[in-house]
Amino acid sequence: MIGPTSGPGPTGWQVAAVTEIARPATGFVRIRLDVPDRQPGLPGQHYVVRLRAEDGYTAQRSYSLASDPGDPQIELLVEQMPDGEVSGHLHDVLQVGDLLEVRGPIGRWFTWTGEEPAVAMAGGSGLVPIISMMRWAIRHDRQGDLRVVAVGRTWEQLPYAEELAAYGAFIALTQENRIDASGVERVSAPPYPDEVAPLIDGTTRAYVCGSVGFVGYASRLLGESGVRADSVRVEQFGATG
Amino acid sequence: MTDDGLITRGFTGRRRPAAPGQLPPGQYDVGDKWPVLSAELTPSVRTEDWSLAVDGAVETEQTWSWDGLRALPADSIVRDIHCVTTWSKFDMSFTGVSVDTLLDAAGPTSDAGYVIAHSASGYTTNLPLADLTGGKAWVVWQAQGKPLTPEHGGPVRLLVPHLYFWKSAKWIDRLEVAVQDRPGFWENNGYHDRGDPWLEQRYVGDP
Repeated sequence: MIGPTSGPGPTGWQVAAVTEIARPATGFVRIRLDVPDRQPGLPGQHYVVRLRAEDGYTAQRSYSLASDPGDPQIELLVEQMPDGEVSGHLHDVLQVGDLLEVRGPIGRWFTWTGEEPAVAMAGGSGLVPIISMMRWAIRHDRQGDLRVVAVGRTWEQLPYAEELAAYGAFIALTQENRIDASGVERVSAPPYPDEVAPLIDGTTRAYVCGSVGFVGYASRLLGESGVRADSVRVEQFGATG
Repeated sequence: MTDDGLITRGFTGRRRPAAPGQLPPGQYDVGDKWPVLSAELTPSVRTEDWSLAVDGAVETEQTWSWDGLRALPADSIVRDIHCVTTWSKFDMSFTGVSVDTLLDAAGPTSDAGYVIAHSASGYTTNLPLADLTGGKAWVVWQAQGKPLTPEHGGPVRLLVPHLYFWKSAKWIDRLEVAVQDRPGFWENNGYHDRGDPWLEQRYVGDP
């Protein structure tokens, strides 16, 4: 694994203004921010958000962007974590017009700008950087070079469900049957190898993003489908007990 | 700019650290959980096939098998670890061999100043030699009293607890001693060359 050696780098801290807040899926808040003098970025990168209390105490977390670099604003999709100190504030307190300290864009590994045909497998909030890549693909008319496998528990809990469906992503719901636009019903289950194989075919790179458990499942599936381990780029979150 | 502080409207914060001196700036105490992060698939490393090389700018290249490593004098240590993604985990116990023991056997040449740590996955990270010597770094096979699991870098990972945890390369199989510094994987991808959490050296351009 060798990463790129140049490209957009992070800035110092900047003050961004919240322009839009929405709740598109259960447990998620979508936040759009205006970042003056924003640095150029790559699809798949993240920003850090820092909150500061009056006594100077700070808390900061990293969030992937759903927006692609051509968007005049940045878009975060933040999952509410149990007892989440930062996500709780962003869900329950944040209002349009608030100012937030942000820093980015960060990370030059989990990025895609069409350099190779790729398949992306993501689950839950792991879909966020893939949305950025999808929007980049649409803007550059390169949808054929980015195939997407999206996994969620239910339609309500699948971030960007409508956008994924419109893109033509393969959607696997694990706790709910789904009838797609062509009337075909899929019984609730994780994606099967024979469902994913046509999307992998012809790609030379894979992106996997999600929880530790999801990444383990996706890794086995890709391995069984003949994807080379060194062509897979991973971003994972979550913990062991 | 704003390093002196924009106060976030309505934010009070919940997790004031019990021992403020234990938590580097911008970090939080993750508690009992141990988050898993990696940029690549978890490789399946079998101890039967595994070995650890110390080579490059050394007097005598060395290689240890799993059994050979385990035959070296081991330390049990308790340290806090700090991830650049802002979690810290306190009082982690590890068992392993001091990197001093490995380097002493190989003998870095007098002009050596750096080490590139290599993983079975192809991951690399670079460190000043001085950050690996003097009882500051280990190669470990046990954490919290149990064998290190694959997602946490097992069977053997590097442990350099005084730097951000991306420097503690998982699935370690080679320590390449070098005369010149050479950025590793994350150091090539926007992260700081040294990564001292107390100086908050997270990204390129930090102090």
